[in-house]
Amino acid sequence: MATDDIYILGIYMTKFGKYPDRDTVDLASEAVIAALADAQVTMKDIGVMAAGCLMGQGGIGQMIQKQVGQTGIPVYNVSNACATGATALRTAIMAIKAGECDMGLAVGVEKLAGVGLLGGGGTPKSKNKEWTPSGRFGSVTNVDGLIGTAAMPGTFAQVGMEYGHKYGGATFELFAKISEKNHAHSTLNPLAAYTKRMSLDEIMNDIMISYPNTRPMCSANCDGAAAAVVVSGAKLKTLSLEQQRRAIKVSASILTSDPYQEACQVLPDVNTLTRIAAKQAYEQAGVSPSDLNLVELHDCFATAELVHYDNLMLCEEGGAVDFFNSGATWRDGSMPVNVSGGLESKGHPIAATGIANIWEVCHHLRGEAGPRQIEGAKVGLAHVIGLGSACGIHILEKSAL
Amino acid sequence: MTITQVPLVDYLVLGDSPHLIANECTKCGARYFDRRNACASCFAVDFKKVAISNDGIVRSFTIVTFAAPGVPVPFTAAIIDCGGTSVRGNLINVDATPEKVTLGMKVRLNTYSLGADDNGLEAIGFGYEPA
Repeated sequence: MATDDIYILGIYMTKFGKYPDRDTVDLASEAVIAALADAQVTMKDIGVMAAGCLMGQGGIGQMIQKQVGQTGIPVYNVSNACATGATALRTAIMAIKAGECDMGLAVGVEKLAGVGLLGGGGTPKSKNKEWTPSGRFGSVTNVDGLIGTAAMPGTFAQVGMEYGHKYGGATFELFAKISEKNHAHSTLNPLAAYTKRMSLDEIMNDIMISYPNTRPMCSANCDGAAAAVVVSGAKLKTLSLEQQRRAIKVSASILTSDPYQEACQVLPDVNTLTRIAAKQAYEQAGVSPSDLNLVELHDCFATAELVHYDNLMLCEEGGAVDFFNSGATWRDGSMPVNVSGGLESKGHPIAATGIANIWEVCHHLRGEAGPRQIEGAKVGLAHVIGLGSACGIHILEKSAL
Repeated sequence: MTITQVPLVDYLVLGDSPHLIANECTKCGARYFDRRNACASCFAVDFKKVAISNDGIVRSFTIVTFAAPGVPVPFTAAIIDCGGTSVRGNLINVDATPEKVTLGMKVRLNTYSLGADDNGLEAIGFGYEPA
C-alpha cells in the first residue's frame, strides 16, 4: 500500500426504517460508535470529523461529539443535498490528503420517515388574494403546478423521459422493470427499509405519483445513519494485519457540480456532472467501467437509474435501454447495480445515503455480504447525486493483503 | 387606462401576441428567464431582452398525479424545445394521459386566465397546447 493512499478502515450503516423513539443524534451515534469499533480505533485516534444532516438543524457534528467523544478536533458540518454523505466523506479524505491528520470520521444521518413529497409546493404568497409580482421571476403566485413541476418525482420522471426522447425505448414498463430488479435485490438485504419482492404488475398498478414513476419506483423516505473511518496509507501500515486486511482502498474520490448547459435552468441536468465525475474517477483510480464488479448508483427514482447506466459509462452512449434489457444489472448479471435494493427499497435517509452506498460496496469487497455477496468482488463504484446539483463518486478496491 | 391584467411571471409578455422573453447574454447568447448577475456560461454581465419562439416540441414530460397540498392534479409538466431554447411549462388543452401526450409532439404557446384578485386584477398564465 502506498503511503499517500486513502483507506476506509471502518464503516457502518444502521438499519434503514422508522425510528419513532430515536432522534438523529441517537442514530448518528450508533453509526459512529459502530464504525469506530469496526475500525478498531477510538475517538482519540480521529483527527477530523465531517457530518451532515440535510433537513436538520446546524451543528449536527458537535451534537454527535457530545454523545461519542469530545476531543477538540475540527468539525465540518456539510450540506450538499443528496450528496451530503459523500461530501462529508470527501471532506475527511481531503483533510488527510492535505496532511492535517492521518485519520478522519464522516457521518451522515437523516430522519425522513413519513415526511411525504419532497420539493415543489410552497405557501401562498399573500393571505389576501392579490396578484403582486415578486421574486426572481416576478411571479404573482406559486408557480409549482402552473409552470411544470418542482417536486422530485416529476423532476426525475422528466430526466428519464428526456433520455427516452433522445434514444427511444424508455417506456413505462421498462422503468417499472428497473424497479422490479431493485425490489428483488432488497429481499437479501436485512438493513433495507423495505424487503418485499414486487411483481412488475404490482409496481405498474401501484399508485401513480408522477408518470412514469409509481410509488414503488420512488425512493423510500426513511430514517437512518451511516458513518465511516478513513485513514492514510502511512498510518494503516502501522496498524494490525487484521485492520490492513479489512481496509478498503479509496481509489477515487470525486465531487463535481453541474456545469452550465442550455436547458439546466428548466430541468436540472443530472447527466453532465455525473459523466464528468465518472471520467475523473476512472482516471484517478486507473480502472475502466468493465473492471467494476458492482455499482451502487443513485436510483432516487427508477427513471434516474436508467440515465446513470449511461452517465457512468456502464454501457455505450445511448445504449442504456438495451443494456438493462440484457439483464446485465441484475445481481447475477455482468454489472450488478444496486444489489442493496437501491434507494427505492433500501431507503433514502438523505445525508446517510452517500456513506451507506459505500458501506454496501465495502461489505462485498470484504467478502462479508452473506447471502447477497457478489462473489469475488474486487472493485466497486458508489455514486450519489444531490439536486442543484452535486455528484459524488467513489471507486473502492479490495485490500491486496 | 388602468391595468387590468398581469402576467403570471415577468417573462410572459401579454398583448396582441403573447410570448415569452428571456435575458440573453450579449457575449455568448445564453438565455435566462430570471435575472442574472453574470452569465453562468461565460461570466459576462451584459444582457438584452429577446423573444422566445411560441412553437416548440415536447422534449420531456411527466403527468403529475400526486403533488404538494394546494397544487391541483393531474397536470402535465413538460420541457419544450422552442427553437433551441428550452422552456418549462404545462401542456394545456390536452388530456393529461400518456395516450394523449407523446414525446416529440408539436406544441404552441397559449395563455389562460388564472382569475381576478380582490382588486379586480386578472392574472394570465401560459401553457403549451398541441399545434
